[in-house]
Parts: sequence; C-alpha cells; structure tokens
Amino acid sequence: MSGLGLKGLGAKIAITALSFSLVPLIALGVTMYSMFAATYNSKVQTNLATLAENKRQGIDLFLREQIAQLRTLAYSHSVKDLSSPELLESILATMQLSSKTFIDLGLINEEGVHVSYSGPYNLSHANYKNEKWFNEVMLRKVYVSDVFEGFRGFPHMVIAVQKQEKGKVWILRATIDSDIFDSLVRWLQLGDLGDAYLVNRAGDLQTRPRFGNKSRDIYAPLLGTPFSGAKVMQYEADQKEIFVGGIWLEQKEWLLVIEEDKRGELQPLFKTRMATWGVMGGGFVVIILGTLIMTRMIVAQQENAGRQQAQMNEELIQSSKMAALGKLAAGVAHEVNNPLAVIREKAGWMRDLLEEEDVKASPNFQEFVDAVDKIEQHVERAGTVVHRMLGFARRMEPVCNDLYINDVLKQTTTFLENEIRFRNIELIWALNPDLPTIQSDAAQIQQVILNLFNNAIDAIGRNGHITVKTGYEAETDMVSISLRDDGPGMDKEVQRRIFDPFYTTKNVGKGTGLGLSISYSIINKLGGSIRFESEAGKGTEFIILLPVKHHD
Amino acid sequence: MTEKTDVQIALVHAGPSVLVVDDEQDFVETLVKRMERRGFKVTGVGSGQEALLLLGKEHFDVVILDVMMPGMDGIETLREIKLAWPKIQVILLSGHGGEEMGIRGMAYGAYAYLLKPVALKTIVETAYIAFEEAGVR
Repeated sequence: MSGLGLKGLGAKIAITALSFSLVPLIALGVTMYSMFAATYNSKVQTNLATLAENKRQGIDLFLREQIAQLRTLAYSHSVKDLSSPELLESILATMQLSSKTFIDLGLINEEGVHVSYSGPYNLSHANYKNEKWFNEVMLRKVYVSDVFEGFRGFPHMVIAVQKQEKGKVWILRATIDSDIFDSLVRWLQLGDLGDAYLVNRAGDLQTRPRFGNKSRDIYAPLLGTPFSGAKVMQYEADQKEIFVGGIWLEQKEWLLVIEEDKRGELQPLFKTRMATWGVMGGGFVVIILGTLIMTRMIVAQQENAGRQQAQMNEELIQSSKMAALGKLAAGVAHEVNNPLAVIREKAGWMRDLLEEEDVKASPNFQEFVDAVDKIEQHVERAGTVVHRMLGFARRMEPVCNDLYINDVLKQTTTFLENEIRFRNIELIWALNPDLPTIQSDAAQIQQVILNLFNNAIDAIGRNGHITVKTGYEAETDMVSISLRDDGPGMDKEVQRRIFDPFYTTKNVGKGTGLGLSISYSIINKLGGSIRFESEAGKGTEFIILLPVKHHD
Repeated sequence: MTEKTDVQIALVHAGPSVLVVDDEQDFVETLVKRMERRGFKVTGVGSGQEALLLLGKEHFDVVILDVMMPGMDGIETLREIKLAWPKIQVILLSGHGGEEMGIRGMAYGAYAYLLKPVALKTIVETAYIAFEEAGVR
C-alpha cells in the first residue's frame, strides 16, 4: 500500500470524524445559546413590564392619595375657615409636618379669584378664570395638571378639587413639589444606567430624567392612544441599546417610561455566550486533537498492517516460486536426464569404438576423440544443473548436529583462502565469541555460506573487504550471520529478483542463477530466514538468522 | 570402496551376469554393448514384466533397474525380484532424482541408487562391487 493512499485515508477519517463530532457540537451550542437567549430576553422584558406595572401603581397611588388628601381637606373645613389665610397657613404647616409634598395651598372662588393663599409665593390675587385648568376643574371636579412653570417661573404641578357649599362652587388648589415627584418616579431604578420618567400625551417630559437630554425617539412609538398594561420595546441608536418599557397612568394621561440598559440587563446572557464560546472552543480543540491522535494511530496501524501484509505476500510469493521450481525440476529431471543418459552412453560407445585399431589410424582420429570428450563434458554439465535444481524437490531431513557457527564460518573460508588472497580481498572477522551452539545441518549451512562468499567475491572483483559478523538475538533466540562486501551493490531491479530461480547477473555459463534460491530454501527448511540490505555503489550485506534449536 | 579401473574389470574372467531393465531402448542397447566390451555377460529388457519372466529362466548376479517405467515401475519390480531371488543385487537407476525414491528403494533391499546421467565407469564399478559383496555373503 502506498504512503499516499494512507495519507488519503487519514484525511478521510479525520474529515469524517470531525464532521460527525463538530457539527453536533456546533448545533448543540447554537441551539442551547439561542434558546437561552430567547428565554432570557423574554424574562428581562417580563421583568421590565412587571417593574413598570409596580411603579405605575406607586405613582397612581401617590396621585390618588394627594387628591384624596386635598378632597378631605376641602370637605372637612368650611369655606369660611378656608378663606382665612391664617387658618390655611396652619393647615399647610400641619400637612408639611409629615411630608413636604404640598408647597402651597389656595382657595379659589368660581370667579377664578384667589380668596386665600398660603405658600411661599405672592399669588393672593392672581386670577385663573381664563386658565385651562380652571375650566377643567369646574367641569370635572378633580384636576391634575401637567408640569408647567406658570406664574412662578419654575416647574411645578397642580392638583385641584372642586367643593360645593351653599350653592356656590369653590376650588381648593395645591401645588406639588416637582422634585419630590421626580424622586418618586425615579425611585428604585434597576441598573446603573436605568432611568424612569413621565411624559404627557404630547411627549413632553413631566419629570426630570436621571440623565438629561432625553431623546423623544426613545418613547415616541409608545405615544398616541393610551393602552392598557405595559409595553416593552427595544431601542437602538448609536452606542445605545436599551429596553424601553411604557405604561399609562390611571390618574392622569401620562406615560411612565422606564429605560433599562440592555448590556447591563443581559450581562448573564453575555456571560453565557462567552461560556458557550469557551466550551465550544474547548470542545473544538479537544475533538480536533483527539481526532488527529486517533487518525494518526489508525494510519500507523494500517501502515504497519500493510507492511506486514506486503512482507507476508513477498514470502508467500517466494515460497510459491520455490514450490513451482520444485515441480518443474522434478519434471525436467525425468524428461531431460533420460535423454542425457542415452547421449552419454552413445558418446561412451563411440569412445569404445574409437579404441579399435583401424579407426586410430584415421587422420581425424584425434578430432573424434575430442568431440566425444566435449559431448561427455557437456552432458556432465547439464546433469549438474538438473541435479542442483533437484535440490528443491528433495525432501531430505536436515541432519541436526550441535554447531558452533563461528567454527563453521572459519572452516568454510578455508575453501576460499587462495581465491581471496589472489584477488587482494581482505577478510575482516567480527565474530561474537559468546555465541551459543545451535542445532542445525552443517553441510547445508556451509553450502549457503560458500554461495554468499562466492557472490561477494564476484561482486568485489579485486581489492576490497568482506566483513563477517556473528551475533545472538536473545528475544528471538536466533543466531545471526552477517556477510558484508564493499562491492558495487545492487540496484532496485536486481534486488527484487535475486532470490528468483535462474536469475543471474553473471555471464552466460558462469552461474546457473540457482545459488541464492537454493540458499533461500535451505535456510527456510532450517527454520531460519535470509535477507539483505544493498545500495547501488555502497556494497551489500546478507544477514542469515538461524534458530538455536530447530524443531521441524 | 576399492578403486577399480575399467581395464581391471575388463580383465576379470567370467564376470558377473547382468540384467539391464529400462524402458529407454537406446539406453539399454548401448549400455549392454559397452558392458559386454568390459567382460560382463549382459542382457537388456524394456520392462519390469519382461525382466521377471527372464529371471525365471536364467540366472543373473546383478540387475540394473530403472525406477520410472510405464506399467510396472522399478520399485514394484524390485520388490518382486527381492521376494523371489533375494540374492540378486539390484542397482536402482533414476532420472527422476527423488531422494525419497532412493530411500524407499534402499529400504526394499536395493544395493545402490544412481542418478542419470551417470558415467559408465560408476555403473560398472557399482555392479562389480555389488557382485563381489554378494559373493562374500
């Protein structure tokens, strides 16, 4: 399996895992947040409406109380009493003992003339006949004014009640301190930036807001025909986002406006939003990390499995090649050896005949003898090849003896000493003296080692080194033999085929191409393995692993 | 094993009588001629059945027997020979080259197992030694 394919697999796994985990996370986060936001928004608005309702009740109650107080005053005293400025003065003083709500008090006759007045201003003889409020109170018996400056030149409001005595109509009129009313309206504001104030139907401010310069736009949509209950709107202008609650008073056509800073009110919501983002971000990081780690693990495992599979396949292919060769060899042996035997006998018969006197005299006698020699020689050669091939087919049991591999190696090289010296090759020994003895077939191991040595010598040609190394691998209980030459090495194509039967890099007639494949099957039969490492230009190393104890 | 040259063997008077059994007619023919030249009394036949018939009529010291033959193969023939004439030395000759076959043959009492193509010298020597050892026993 190629690395690219696995990278693709990794990306696919990662994308799938991420989309299956991130999409629900995002959906969950967004849904939860939006539901919470909607709920919270409506809760804030409900709160605001409730607050407006409560405040309205308070203000209405206040107004009602003032009117009631004034009316009580009007009916509990005779006009005669009230006409006396001294008495009026004392009544006002008594009223102001408990609260300074009333600034002044005046009795006005049906002509609109101040009969008596008690208060800080000199209004004793002001005539109100043409004032709008005067006509109103004559008509409706009770009147509450807008806030106005009037004769006094500062904002105030007026409450007036009608009193009838002996067929005449009188009016008791009181001025309410605008400041006290303002503070009543503003009392109990919600947040730091919250505000509450009253406006009349025309949209004029009736109390002073907490912060000056109130824009009409804020409450304009609430003006018009009075409605029952509280209305909550949102107002957004540059830099300013507020909830606006409006409710009409019962006692007077005034609109109570309550402002609440949106940011202040929605603080918990923003905190929730932050928390949501935080949790989602954390989730993202954890999921991405987890996915990456998981993907990497899967890919690594897959890679490992792929590599093992490839190795197994290679071994399988190799052993099936060997099996095929075994069958081929057996077949070829029968089909070829018989004709070879006949050829050999015929040539031998010719040789026998050539020994007779009259043929010896023939001028071509020597030629005949040479030809027969050659025929026999080449039959011999062909026979050798076939016999080697038969090495595969043979199911001979390895003869197991106790072997000390270092000794086997030393012995084997004695066959090659002359060749090595002649070619000026240096043999470097790096044998592990603590090697355990193994149970194996000396002759077969020798055949393999001889083969590897021959190959190394052929590869080097002249002037080079062969390093022989042995070792012991405790974890697998195997003895290793390594044979490294500093010859030209092998390119990939050669490396791929060196164990193939009949594959040879040597010149025609110099090698059968069976050496390494026979070596391979010998080592396999002995329960070991043979592999190599080679790089073009850097030499080749063959490594044989043999089990210490071979049970077949 | 004693080294015997062609000449030495040829000098032996009244050498062993040999029966060659092989379905390869050319091989039998030539082997017979060459061994006769070396002083053996040799007869050739082309199958196991023929060999058994002939053995019933004539005496042979050594049988050179091909293993792979159509009909009755070498191993079967060997068993029959060893049952009827246990003193006859049988040399198995095979082109097939299975070691297993050789081991089986030896187990059934063959004297030797040779692989084709084999030098005449080897056949002659083996046959001679087999004959000599049979005489000793």
